[in-house]
Amino acid sequence: MFWESVVIALDGLRANKMRSILTMLGIIIGVGAVIAMVSIGMGVRDKVQKSIAGLGSNLLIVMPGATAPSGVRVAAGSTISLTYKDAQAIAREISGVTMVAPMVQRQYQAVYGGKNWITSMQGTTPDFLEVRNFTLSDGAFITQRDLDTRDRVAILGSTVVENLFGEMNPIGQTIRINKSTFRVVGVLAPKGQSAGGQDQDDLIIVPLTTAQERMLGVTNVQSISVQAESPEVINQVQDDISTLLRVRHRLPPGVPDDFSVRNLTAIMATAEETTGTITLLLGNTAAISLLVGGIGIMNIMLVSVTERTREIGVRKALGATFANILLQFLIEAIVIGVTGGLIGIALGLGASYTISSVFGWATVVSVGTIFLAFGFSVLIGLFFGLYPARKAALLDPIDALRYE
Amino acid sequence: MSESIVIKDIVKTYLMGDTTVRALAGVSLLIERGEFTAIMGPSGSGKSTLMNILGCLDRPTSGSYMLDGAEVATLSDDELAVTRNRKIGFVFQNFNLLARMSSLQNVALPMVYAGVPKKERLEKATKALTMVGLGDRMHHKPNELSGGQRQRVAIARSLVNEPTIILADEPTGNLDSRAGDEIMEIFCELNRQGRTVVLVTHEPEIAEYTRRTVTFRDGVIVKDERREASKCSGKA
Repeated sequence: MFWESVVIALDGLRANKMRSILTMLGIIIGVGAVIAMVSIGMGVRDKVQKSIAGLGSNLLIVMPGATAPSGVRVAAGSTISLTYKDAQAIAREISGVTMVAPMVQRQYQAVYGGKNWITSMQGTTPDFLEVRNFTLSDGAFITQRDLDTRDRVAILGSTVVENLFGEMNPIGQTIRINKSTFRVVGVLAPKGQSAGGQDQDDLIIVPLTTAQERMLGVTNVQSISVQAESPEVINQVQDDISTLLRVRHRLPPGVPDDFSVRNLTAIMATAEETTGTITLLLGNTAAISLLVGGIGIMNIMLVSVTERTREIGVRKALGATFANILLQFLIEAIVIGVTGGLIGIALGLGASYTISSVFGWATVVSVGTIFLAFGFSVLIGLFFGLYPARKAALLDPIDALRYE
Repeated sequence: MSESIVIKDIVKTYLMGDTTVRALAGVSLLIERGEFTAIMGPSGSGKSTLMNILGCLDRPTSGSYMLDGAEVATLSDDELAVTRNRKIGFVFQNFNLLARMSSLQNVALPMVYAGVPKKERLEKATKALTMVGLGDRMHHKPNELSGGQRQRVAIARSLVNEPTIILADEPTGNLDSRAGDEIMEIFCELNRQGRTVVLVTHEPEIAEYTRRTVTFRDGVIVKDERREASKCSGKA
């Protein structure tokens, strides 16, 4: 009986091809939009997730200066409060810390041969590589010996290599940074853009002590990156750092911190949540169009029931029960939903593929979304088909037979 | 058990606006198995209402209706649908064939609702169509057939589930007299095969094909006469 009903329903749809296609179009566009929109949203989220991973996991950044609750840093006079010794103390005394990388940074002009490039020179320690998730593509990184001897060695980011050396191998070459000469010992593997659109490969890394004493003439550091063992201990580590630094800086109770500890993972989690919300919003907007498509099904099914009143009367006179007629019209509505859903999936996949290849946006198509959109379109067919089908099944056979 | 239809004191009232219309005012009738009966009467006499009740399309307001030994006046909608499917074959004045289906599909339709397997359906439908002389028109749609041919498809459809009675409501009303006579000969043949046929008509010439005429007026039976010889041509 079920397959009979499917065959009858398909016949009914075939009899009104144009109308069936137009009704289906609502579902096609709805399902297609849901898949395309969600895949764009998920693409964005994926990108943010990758940036988080790129920054380094379980990362805390200690900055000089206090943080007001609004996030605005105040107490400008205290911005030189952090030192290399603070960083060493954090590494030594706080449990749950795996890596510590203090850092100073300034814009300088780097020169090689006839070419020059203004870039960020960052002075740091060997841990930096791992804390910030960089890898070397060639050569070596800073060593403890470089730090101790304040050696003039430099590791170049790939953007700097491109602009100063082009295709040439920079290892062993000498560059000048603000008139001092540095020997290039390593090259970083490219990382690409950050979530904020910054080029993460536009930098030169030198030993912290070299930068402090030979270039900047300072004793403080601008930030300390701290990597915790695991996400579970990160809050404990954050508190311990605060306590330790307050003791080291001899801050009496009541005096605000002259530093701030930022939990980057938490910040990025917020960013991820935001993109999640955007995805949801896009998906919902598209889902509304699916709903409108469903109303289209209901509309056309009601017309179809009215038009075929006589047919319903004949079928009932010949012995069709309530369930027979209900099933016939319900299946017709579901067939519209399912067919529209399948075409919509194809359309959505095509759209998201086109968007990613033409506009270069990352899109992620998940199987879950496809099943969800498809299931939703079946349910919409069922839900919006139920009322017209019930109306048909409840028709009185005598009235239906008399209907002109 | 030789009675096919036994109705007792059937009353049917309708509410039309504020007034109650009494379409049937206490009708009792007994139709035996194998009888060929015509129901006559002017329009508004209640004969169509009776046909609807006999055909299980409608329920009486009061009274009893035994069809094939079973009470049907109190059945639910779905039970009535099953009864129509198994025990009653309808032939309508305006044929009521489904336009999108071929003759064969139209004839097979009652068997779809009876749950007969497809192969058996097609065999039986083919047999029924051959019997009414349309063996060569099985794949034509109704709009490709003449009125007489359409009515023959409808008759074939009414037969396929081997019903207890065949109810024909003005079966020749939309046909010219020659086609009408041909259709009546088919009913004669069905009756000769032992089927119970009840037909509603307002034409006395059509009623002459039967052996019994029941006449209605104002919701009651006013005449019930039997005749020995019918207009049926005998071995046609």
